[in-house]
Order: sequence, then structure tokens, then C-alpha cells
Amino acid sequence: MIDALNRAARKVPTWAVFVLGLLPIPYLFYRAATGGLGVEPITALEREMGLWTLQLIIAGLCITPLRRFAGVNLIKFRRTLGVLSFVYVVVHLGIWVGLDMSLRWGQMWADILKRPYITIGMVAFVLMIPLAVTSNNLSIRKMGGAAWRKMHKAVYAIALLGAAHFIMVQKVWEAEPLIYLAVILGLLALRARPLQKTSGVRAGG
Amino acid sequence: AGGIAAPAAAQSAPLEPNTLEEIRSYNNFYEFGTGKGDPAENAGAMQTDPWQVTVDGLVDNPGTYALDDLIGDMTIEDRIYRFRCVEAWSMVVPWNGFELGDLLQKLGPQEGAKFIAFETAVIPEVMPGVRRRVLDFPYVEGLRLDEAMHPLTLMATGLYGEPLANQNGAPLRLVVPWKYGFKSIKSIVRITLTDEMPPTTWNRLNAREYGFYSNVNPNVDHPRWSQASERVIGGGLFSSRQDTLMFNGYPEVAPLYEGMDLSVAY
Repeated sequence: MIDALNRAARKVPTWAVFVLGLLPIPYLFYRAATGGLGVEPITALEREMGLWTLQLIIAGLCITPLRRFAGVNLIKFRRTLGVLSFVYVVVHLGIWVGLDMSLRWGQMWADILKRPYITIGMVAFVLMIPLAVTSNNLSIRKMGGAAWRKMHKAVYAIALLGAAHFIMVQKVWEAEPLIYLAVILGLLALRARPLQKTSGVRAGG
Repeated sequence: AGGIAAPAAAQSAPLEPNTLEEIRSYNNFYEFGTGKGDPAENAGAMQTDPWQVTVDGLVDNPGTYALDDLIGDMTIEDRIYRFRCVEAWSMVVPWNGFELGDLLQKLGPQEGAKFIAFETAVIPEVMPGVRRRVLDFPYVEGLRLDEAMHPLTLMATGLYGEPLANQNGAPLRLVVPWKYGFKSIKSIVRITLTDEMPPTTWNRLNAREYGFYSNVNPNVDHPRWSQASERVIGGGLFSSRQDTLMFNGYPEVAPLYEGMDLSVAY
């Protein structure tokens, strides 16, 4: 079963996953423009793009545990998921800047400085930029694998900041964002424990 | 209709009401869930007939009234009001209702009464948000008595000439157009006249973000949202923000707050 899955995964080109992963963007814009996302489509679209960002980051964090604990090797898709999450966060931010805030730069700048949940979201976005820029073979060669992997561990912080951003945008404690945080904490915990037990065995983060 | 609500100086064009569908599908009513669509989805199960309202405290005519006995003799007017949520979105709603001041006159506030407090129904069987305890229910709100007596302050029973939908606060809700929407408490079951400032739900949850007065004020910063501008519901994907007006465009209420620092009493 696992072997069949791994064999199948080897045949799927990463570009196909990338293109498939982009499809929700035009689909959601279409739904927003035609009333499918309710009477306040901008906020709904902004939220959808944020959710996709977080879900793709979480999917990326699943790759290593899947390999380590289930023997499923999807490692070649990890960068694809990371780049996709960056595309979604750019769209999320673009909706905020262009549609939600209507290019009110002064108000946006004040919000970035003053509203903790916006500050945190913006920090997470800025941290994603170098990871997206170096998500190519040339960068790995130039940086060296060890340095590249170390730098890309920043995704752990990004995931936590993203979950915090989601929790803080709510007015009360909601279950859904807390579940996202719990899943992220769980995925990070899976990385911490086995290293202590099986010393000497190293599996890249 | 709505003449009193529309000072000529504050606006260039007459208010264009949102559609009934918009007003009924985008709501905050946490008893029925925290999503904007949850109230429309869940509130239908609430029975609003019969409905009782308890009147107590510093009042000449206390008691538990059947709704019709309490408000059956009130004069229902049309009032087209701006509605500004603290989350920085807004609508225009064509309410049907009567002035709270008229009801108060009938109830007879006593000498010492300085505030009015309201309470929303709590019916866990039909209210998923109450079962999940997303807030400290029952939802409570209040006004200073002079705010309650202001001719703009409305008790709504309908909109667009139809009875209120449950998600809009049937069968009886408050509408205070110069305050953030959460002050306009829905589905009222208790009215209390009191001599001290009553607790209010959002203030109790987070006093730094939600004050007792909660007047719409683009100059007073809210820790979570800038209140300088607002999104108008129903404009579609490419509608732009509009500036938020002081007192939501109802400057005639300013004398109520003369001598008060509204950045402190927010």
C-alpha cells in the first residue's frame, strides 16, 4: 500500500501539484464576484486565502512526519507546497491592501504598527519571503544543503505566527483557530521527540 | 421616513438602504454562533410568539408583560438609519419601530433612575452559541437614561415593513444609530431601570476594547480595528471603503456628551 503510494507519487510531476494548487484562487475569486461567498465577499475572500495559506503550511509540515512514521515519501512536493503557501499569502495580503483597505496606506501602516494581530501576520509574511526566494535548486546548491535546511526551519516560526494571527483576529476564543494551533504544535512536537530517543539517526526537518 | 435620522450637513446623498437579503444574511448574534451566516442559519428555531418582557427596577409600572401588552399601543414609524459595526463594516437599515422614550414614559422611570439595562433571551435548546458559551450569557447592554430618551433611540419590531427576522433580533430590539452595533441589543426579555451604570457584555469581556458608551468615533482608536473608515456591505468585490463619520453621522447627539472626554469615556 505504502509502496504503491510512493511509486505513484514518483510519477506525479511537481509542476502538476503546483498548477492544481493554484486553481482555488480563480475559483474563489469567481465565487466572490458572483455572490457565492455572501454579501461581504471581500472579507470572505481574504479569510479563504488566509486559511489556504495556513493549510498549505501545515501540509508542508506533514511531509517529514509522514516519511518518518509512515514511510510515505512525498519530500519532492515539500517545496511546491511552500511556494504555493507563499502565493496564497501574497493574494491574502493583496486583497487586504487593494480590496479591503482600498489602498489607504496611512491607515494600513498604522494598523501594521498598532494592531498586534496585523503586526504578527506581517512578520510571518516577511519571514516567508526569503524562503520563497530560495525555493529553487540553484539556491540549495549555492547555500549548501545544511545551511539551506537550517534557514528553512523558519517555517516553524511562520506556522506559529500564522496560527496566532488567526486566533487573534477573532473577538472571542473560537475552536477552529485553536485546532489549527494544536495541529501545528503537534507536528512540531513530532519533530522534537524522536531525536532524543534515537540518537545518531538524523532526519532533516 | 427617516427625516430625523438624516441631518443634511452630514451626507451628500440620501441613504440607500441595504437589501432585505443583505440585512438578513450578514449578522452578529453570538447566541446563534460566531460566523456571520450562523444567525440566519440557526435563529429560525427560536419561538418569538408568545414573548414576554420583564420590566423591573426603579420604575412605576414593573411587571412581566406579554409583548403586545407592553408595546401594542406604540406608534410604529419608519426610520432609515446607518448601522455601524465595531468590526468596521456598515449597512443602512430601514427599521420599523417606536421611540424608546415613548415606552419609558409609559413605564414611568422613578426619580433615582439614571440608566436603563437590557437583557437578551437565553434559550440553550435553540442557541448553539449559548451551549458553547462563546460569551457570558445572557447578553446584557445598557444606556444612560438621557441616551435612552433621545428621539433617535428606537425600539425596532420590523424592517422593510416586515416583522424582524429572528437573526435581526425578533421580536423586539434596540437600535441606537450613533453607537456601535453591539449596543443595539436583540431579542429583549428584560428592561431594568437602575441608578448605577449596568454591566455590558462586551465591556465585561474586554474593557480595553469595548467601553460602556461605544459611540461611533473615527478618532478614538480601537486596539483591534482602526475606526477611521468602514466597509459598506453589499458593494461587491470592488467597492471601496468610506470614511466613518463622528457619531455615525448623527451630530445632533453631541450635546449628550458635552464636557466628557470621549477618548476616555469611549
